Amino acid sequence: MSAEAVPTTKPKSNAIGAPSILRRHGSQLGILGVGLAMWLAFVVMAPTVFLDIDIYKAFAESTPFFAIPALALTFVVITGEIDLSFPSVMALGTAAFCQVSEAGFPQWLGLMAGFATGAACGWLNGALVSRLSIPSLVITIGTSFLYRGIELVMQNGTGVPLTEEKYATMLQIFTGQPFGVPIQTLWAVAFTGFLWVLLNRTRFGAHVFLVGDNPTSARLMGVNVVSVKTWCFVLTGLFAVFSGLMTSFVGNYFWPTTGDGALLSSIASVFLGGTSVFGGTGTVLGTLVASYIIGAINAGIVSAGVNAFYTQLVFGLVIVVSVVLQTIIERRLQRRPIITN
Amino acid sequence: MAEGAAPIIAAKGLHKWYSGVHALKNVDFYVTKGEIVGLVGDNGAGKTTLIKVLSGVHRPDQGQVFIEGTPVDIATPKQAMDLGIETIYQTNSMVPTMSIARNLFVGREPLTASFFGIGLMDHAKMRDDSVKAIADVDLHLRSPDALVGELSGGQRQGVAIARAMYFKSKVLILDEPTNHLSVKETSKVIGFVKGLRAQGLTGIFISHNMHHVFQSCDRVVAMARGEVVLNKPIGDTSIDEVHGYL
Repeated sequence: MSAEAVPTTKPKSNAIGAPSILRRHGSQLGILGVGLAMWLAFVVMAPTVFLDIDIYKAFAESTPFFAIPALALTFVVITGEIDLSFPSVMALGTAAFCQVSEAGFPQWLGLMAGFATGAACGWLNGALVSRLSIPSLVITIGTSFLYRGIELVMQNGTGVPLTEEKYATMLQIFTGQPFGVPIQTLWAVAFTGFLWVLLNRTRFGAHVFLVGDNPTSARLMGVNVVSVKTWCFVLTGLFAVFSGLMTSFVGNYFWPTTGDGALLSSIASVFLGGTSVFGGTGTVLGTLVASYIIGAINAGIVSAGVNAFYTQLVFGLVIVVSVVLQTIIERRLQRRPIITN
Repeated sequence: MAEGAAPIIAAKGLHKWYSGVHALKNVDFYVTKGEIVGLVGDNGAGKTTLIKVLSGVHRPDQGQVFIEGTPVDIATPKQAMDLGIETIYQTNSMVPTMSIARNLFVGREPLTASFFGIGLMDHAKMRDDSVKAIADVDLHLRSPDALVGELSGGQRQGVAIARAMYFKSKVLILDEPTNHLSVKETSKVIGFVKGLRAQGLTGIFISHNMHHVFQSCDRVVAMARGEVVLNKPIGDTSIDEVHGYL
């Protein structure tokens, strides 16, 4: 055989195709499976409650309080950082709104003051993290106390009643029920859509993944790492203020402790939703689904007639089991060993 | 220096200190249009430092860089790219979890419509153009949607070269592109470099493998201890002569 007889077809190793749907979204299957199993268990245990629309309305009203900041927090986590200060920003931004509105200025000006405060807090977090390269875990613990401290001093520790007479429009925006659907969930879904486009269809979103995957090569490829990280923190600040306002209007009262209790639920939603703690991968849709699963546990357990002391136990079980499932499915799909040492 | 027009890129009198280490000592360097210059030297000879100055990663402490005769100050990698200097690093500058098409356009994604820089990415254009760009470097991949994480090291460098060519670089800098590759993959990358030369592209090929440089370059520049010690056309020198200077 002469050398010319070498086949002209391309070598097989070069023919690499697009990954299958299963392969791309495999990590989401675990969380969906756990969510479905949990729902079925609830239906079996308390059919009268879980086949009625009211319980779903209850989730739809209570979950967005931590789901909305979690959506923006997903961006921060994808860049490989974390923000522990957003519960304080929820309170500080709402305090700014109350102070401006109560001082007799128009309420839209109050809204602007609130969101500007949130953006400023986020910017400070982002600048400290990205410009000075301080680990975000450390610095946002610090700013968390700082923002909460400023808010408590500003409010002198007292709350503000948000009455129907004075804040009718705001109550419509944050707590209305168009077509019988709690507006809180409509906001959460709308924000998910907006953030999905931002993350998956814009240059900024592409750079968020790039920075999270490898900040050094991102910089070498001409991406402004400082600006991308800072904007992610600003986004979290803005969404935190929205959630702070929403929570306060739902209760018709601004408590200086606003935001307490959001931290762990939001962070759990982000990680349960399949966003990697190492950065570089994550989805906002996963975060949304995960936050409703977490939101359902609380209400679900009580309605199912189980002692409320079991809430934390189930909470822990669901989180641990889903994360383990997610890891196993992911490694299976990538044909990597499940147990590593 | 035998030259008619101003060289595409030139550096004059570069000095760079790293906390007491004199990494570049009065370095002069130039690349004229259409030539591939091989930059050789041992580890720590200053090759990578010189390249980092040219590609905007570091700024020189003294000296000046010129692009087509105009003095420039390159402060960031982004500015270098805007000036037409594309660099392919030895460490892979790809996002493994993203598709080839997305990686090709990293940092410069085409937009459908843009308002003050905010706009939607043009996915169709990214897919179509990346198919062409990859075919241009003779890399055969079935789909632009394949994830870069599934490519071999050589294929990834192929995508990186395709990226630099797509954006019509004035100068293509390849910083030890074969460093982490197997023998077979290495010859593939050397093939890419030869292809660049055949197409009349201008480039700098950094390597410490003399054979690779002699196979694929027009001129060789050798560095040792932060200085340029040799600068000759490939035809006028030999591997042994270059080795003697290192």
